[in-house]
Amino acid sequence: MAHRWTNTLTRNDITPKALWLNRRAVLGGMAAGGLAGGIAAPAAAQSAPLEPNTLEEIRSYNNFYEFGTGKGDPAENAGAMQTDPWQVTVDGLVDNPGTYALDDLIGDMTIEDRIYRFRCVEAWSMVVPWNGFELGDLLQKLGPQEGAKFIAFETAVIPEVMPGVRRRVLDFPYVEGLRLDEAMHPLTLMATGLYGEPLANQNGAPLRLVVPWKYGFKSIKSIVRITLTDEMPPTTWNRLNAREYGFYSNVNPNVDHPRWSQASERVIGGGLFSSRQDTLMFNGYPEVAPLYEGMDLSVAY
Amino acid sequence: MIDALNRAARKVPTWAVFVLGLLPIPYLFYRAATGGLGVEPITALEREMGLWTLQLIIAGLCITPLRRFAGVNLIKFRRTLGVLSFVYVVVHLGIWVGLDMSLRWGQMWADILKRPYITIGMVAFVLMIPLAVTSNNLSIRKMGGAAWRKMHKAVYAIALLGAAHFIMVQKVWEAEPLIYLAVILGLLALRARPLQKTSGVRAGG
Repeated sequence: MAHRWTNTLTRNDITPKALWLNRRAVLGGMAAGGLAGGIAAPAAAQSAPLEPNTLEEIRSYNNFYEFGTGKGDPAENAGAMQTDPWQVTVDGLVDNPGTYALDDLIGDMTIEDRIYRFRCVEAWSMVVPWNGFELGDLLQKLGPQEGAKFIAFETAVIPEVMPGVRRRVLDFPYVEGLRLDEAMHPLTLMATGLYGEPLANQNGAPLRLVVPWKYGFKSIKSIVRITLTDEMPPTTWNRLNAREYGFYSNVNPNVDHPRWSQASERVIGGGLFSSRQDTLMFNGYPEVAPLYEGMDLSVAY
Repeated sequence: MIDALNRAARKVPTWAVFVLGLLPIPYLFYRAATGGLGVEPITALEREMGLWTLQLIIAGLCITPLRRFAGVNLIKFRRTLGVLSFVYVVVHLGIWVGLDMSLRWGQMWADILKRPYITIGMVAFVLMIPLAVTSNNLSIRKMGGAAWRKMHKAVYAIALLGAAHFIMVQKVWEAEPLIYLAVILGLLALRARPLQKTSGVRAGG
C-alpha cells in the first residue's frame, strides 16, 4: 500500500538479545557504583534513535487491572490465562461478522516490526519493539459498512484466572474504542508479539491494540470482540472518571490531567538516577495531527 | 508479663530505637540501586518511604492507647517514633523532588497547587515541621507541658492527611490505603471519650 508507514528503524536496530539480557545488570551495577551521569535518558527523543526497553522491563512493569492493580501483578498472575485456543467475535456494521478462531482472523496478515514509544497516562514511558500488523489491513478484510464511524474492542473476562475481575476493581469487561479514521491510520497496530517472541500474557496475548500516539490505556489487551459502530463507544476509564480520561486520550504535554502533569515523563529502565524527559506532542508522532484538524484538543482530550 | 515488658523497655535507650529505625533507609536505597525494587526503582522507593512514614505515625499513635488499655508504657519512645517519621517523610519528599521530578521546579510547584493529593501531602509535611523541631526536652521546658501537648495533637490531623494522600494517589479504590485510614480512625476514636471523662488529667495525646 502506498500510504504504508515506514519504520526508520529496522530489525537490526533492535538491541541484540545478549545485550538486552545483560543491560539491566550493567545499569544496576552502574547505579550501585554511582556512575549516574552515564544513564541519562535521551532529552531530544524525537531525533535520537529509540533504544527499546529490555524484554524483562516490558514484561515486569505492566498495567492490566484484570490481573491486579500493582505493576508486578500482571506478570505474577497472567500466566494462568489460556490463550490457545482463542476466539474473537466480530460484529456490528461489518460485511464479514462472526466468531473467528484467532488464526482464521489474522493468519493471513503480514507481521511487521514496529519500534514505538509507549507512553502511559501515569507519566512513564517505554520503547517497545512490537511485531504486528496494521489494523487497517484487518479492517479491509472485515469490510466496515457505510455507516461505521467507530471501532470498539473488548478484553477477555475470565474470573477464574483474573483476581482483579473477582475484586471488581474496574467495571469489566475492559472496553476501548477508536474513531474509524484513527483505526485506519497506518501507525495503528494489532500486536501479536514483541522482540520476535509471542506476546507474554501480561502484555496482552494473544492479540492487542497498539496506538502509539495515545496514552497506553487506549491500547487494549487480549481482545475477544471487535465491533464496528456508528456511535462513539464507551471506554472503561472514561466511564470511571470522565474528567480524567477522555475518549481521545492523545498524548499531549499541553493538556493538563487532573492527576498527573503530562509535561514530562519518566523513562523506565534508566535506574535510580535517570532524569525525566519532556513529553512530545502525539508522543512524537506528528503525522497523526491531520486526524484532529479543527478540533480543540483541550476539549476533546 | 506486662511489668516485665515495661522493665525491659526502660532499659532500651531511645537512641538505639532511633538508629534501628533508620536502617531501612540505606537498605531500601541499596535494593533500589541493585534492581531489588523492580524496573522502576524511583517510584517504588518513593512509595516505600511514604509507607514507612505513615506506619511510624501510626506506631506513635499506638503509644497512648497501649498505656491506657494494656498498661504497657512505651511513652519515652513516642517522640523517637515521631522524629523517625519526619526523617522518612523528608526522604520521601526528597526522592520526589530530586529523583522522580528531576528538580523540575516549575512543574513541581504547579503540581503542589493543582493536584489535590500532592497539595494534601505537602500540607501534612509542613505541619510535621514544627512538631519535629520541638521534639526535644528543651522545647518542652520552654513551652510548658500543656502547651507542648496541645501543639503536638496536630499529629491527629497529619495522620488523617497522610491517609488521604495515600488513598488519592491510587487510580481506583484500593483496599490497602483504606485499611490505613481505618486503623488511624480507630486509634483516634480510642482517645475521644476517655479523654472527656478524665478531663485532661491523663491527656497524654
